[in-house]
Amino acid sequence: MTQSGSPGFGPDLVEVFGPSQQDGGPELVQLLTPEGERVEHPEFSFDLDDEAVRGFYRDMVLTRRIDTEATALQRHGELGIWAQLLGQEAAQIGAGRALRPQDYVFPTYREHGVAYCRGVDPLNLLGLFRGVDHGAWDPNENNFGLYTIVIGAQTLHATGYAMGMQRDGVVGTGDPDRDAAVIAHFGDGASSQGDVNEAFIFAASYNAPVVFFCQNNQWAISEPIERQTRIPLYQRALGFGFPGVRVDGNDVLATYAVTQAALQRARDGQGPTFVEAYTYRMGAHTTTDDPTRYRLSDDVEHWKLKDPIARVEVYLKRNGLADDAFFDAVKEEADQLGHHLREGCKALPDPQPLSMFDHVYAEETEELRAQREGYAAYLESFEGSHS
Amino acid sequence: MSNQKITLAKGLNMGLRKAMEDDPKVLIMGEDVGKLGGVFRITDGLQKDFGEDRVIDSPLAESGIVGTAVGMALRGYRPVVEIQFDGFVYPAYDQIVCQVAKMHYRSKGRSKMPMVIRIPFGGGIGAVEHHSESPEAQFAHTPGLKVVACSNPVDGYWMIQQAIACDDPVIFLEPKRQYHADKAELDESASPEPLFTSRVVRQGTDVTVLAYGPTVKTAMKAAEAAAGEGKSLEVIDLRTLSPLDMGPVLESVRRTGRAVVTHEAHVNLGMGSELSARITEECFYSLEAPVLRVGGFDTPYPASRIEEDFLPDLDRVLDAVDRSLSF
Repeated sequence: MTQSGSPGFGPDLVEVFGPSQQDGGPELVQLLTPEGERVEHPEFSFDLDDEAVRGFYRDMVLTRRIDTEATALQRHGELGIWAQLLGQEAAQIGAGRALRPQDYVFPTYREHGVAYCRGVDPLNLLGLFRGVDHGAWDPNENNFGLYTIVIGAQTLHATGYAMGMQRDGVVGTGDPDRDAAVIAHFGDGASSQGDVNEAFIFAASYNAPVVFFCQNNQWAISEPIERQTRIPLYQRALGFGFPGVRVDGNDVLATYAVTQAALQRARDGQGPTFVEAYTYRMGAHTTTDDPTRYRLSDDVEHWKLKDPIARVEVYLKRNGLADDAFFDAVKEEADQLGHHLREGCKALPDPQPLSMFDHVYAEETEELRAQREGYAAYLESFEGSHS
Repeated sequence: MSNQKITLAKGLNMGLRKAMEDDPKVLIMGEDVGKLGGVFRITDGLQKDFGEDRVIDSPLAESGIVGTAVGMALRGYRPVVEIQFDGFVYPAYDQIVCQVAKMHYRSKGRSKMPMVIRIPFGGGIGAVEHHSESPEAQFAHTPGLKVVACSNPVDGYWMIQQAIACDDPVIFLEPKRQYHADKAELDESASPEPLFTSRVVRQGTDVTVLAYGPTVKTAMKAAEAAAGEGKSLEVIDLRTLSPLDMGPVLESVRRTGRAVVTHEAHVNLGMGSELSARITEECFYSLEAPVLRVGGFDTPYPASRIEEDFLPDLDRVLDAVDRSLSF
């Protein structure tokens, strides 16, 4: 307790939050160190085989490739903007691979790795960043909702969807093929939103089967995590009445183990869990952002040592779990994915102007039909003059 | 079934009950909608009969109510959300405008949003601030939403069922002042008119008066009084505000050449402004006078002791009718 502390009101905030959060603190659940050493945790264990670890490696490499290709496409003028996930591959693959087919995902606009895990063609992710649509995939085909741009709004949708699952009798039946859960993705910035806090309250009140998966990448555009919270985010969960856990978001094994446990808890009918995946946004907020204006390169260098892919590569190589042929094959696959994205993106057609009138309503109004027809006639009047 | 005389509150209650009986996916969500039956008793008895899973008392957070209702709708349910009072809808405004209204569009029609957001609206009940407002224009301005207002018990019964059956999100406005006021005879075996239609509720030849929700009654009284002075007013209950059903309006104005619009909402950029523009565009050569608007003044809703001065009443409608006729 410091002299300025308040006796009787609990520990000083400096003691709780600590002077530096770079290591995530002693609560961090970790199963694979940045140096590639497997470690055990008293509560969470990784119980998949080596093949799964190789799979995670492949997933993360491909996810990073999606990100680097899309970033390049933006630089080439093919995308208007791109929301980068560099550094968050483990958090997204660990969470994405913990899902079952019947689970449902409510993403932000940065969940490219989770989308990939759900089987969404990465090319479909580019449409909204290119400006040809607001989301090109069918949410119910892969149980992966559309990207939500208003920060945190989707956490309420996730909670409501989970409440629907409760009413459909797909929670806590004991049947692993039937029991389902929802995962809501959001970031540290969103944790300040009223909607996120309301989602916590609703989920707790109704014991909804939802996992709140927060990727704390330390930055909300230019604002550091200290601007959003004075206590570790995961500790907030207790105040809402459900457990919170902080996991090393750059450790794909730990993220998988923790998320899987949280999802299972939800599927079993034990209610919501808050998972804080402690990670770092290595790139910019989006391609329009310039992080050199507000953060130190020392921080970025520090986090480079915790790279989520490098540690798995070291682990696989050191333990002889993957040979050169494996790594070559993953690289080849990434190259093919890159080609698919480059060629596919450039081939994405601009929508027809009149398509803006489509799907405003399930039952179109006469007013809108008249506007569409009026604009169609207007356009045709130009076509005539060009001939 | 024998006809019965019902209030608007009863009509809405019966309509909700019927919708819940007809479709097990219909849910009610809101503050105090359970045991209490809502602060206006519109959901009275429904939780008792349909259970807590279908009539859901929610935490006191409007964005949370609408946002979770979005999730329920995505899961295939048809949530009917009760906003306790008009002035409390604003915490949910983001969810309504950015999510409810846009989900179908964003998803290219793959995700429907069959949600009804019930809002008791309008003044005249002597309430404190935020309990007497008329926010309809803010929703009618938003593509993706449909907005309707009922004015009487029979419409309440039918329109709530039609709104629930609609695959688009419907903002459903209920004139709270009328909830327990007049009774009307309900014939449950009748066939209702389609939801998004306006209705001529009194025929006349001199001036067309357009009203909806609470001002329909005001307009009818005005027409009664005007008849005593030899003036014939045609009154149209708009019922639907988005989309507007301009057919009956234009047909009427082409005959009378004059139109007065009345609503409790502020006149500036209110529904009257849009109606005036459309009538002018479509009936320019039929008009004998400019379209006049009679509404709440462009002040915040005043303290209730002077709310009757703020609200359009019979005399202010008649004053506008006289001004229209003087052109």
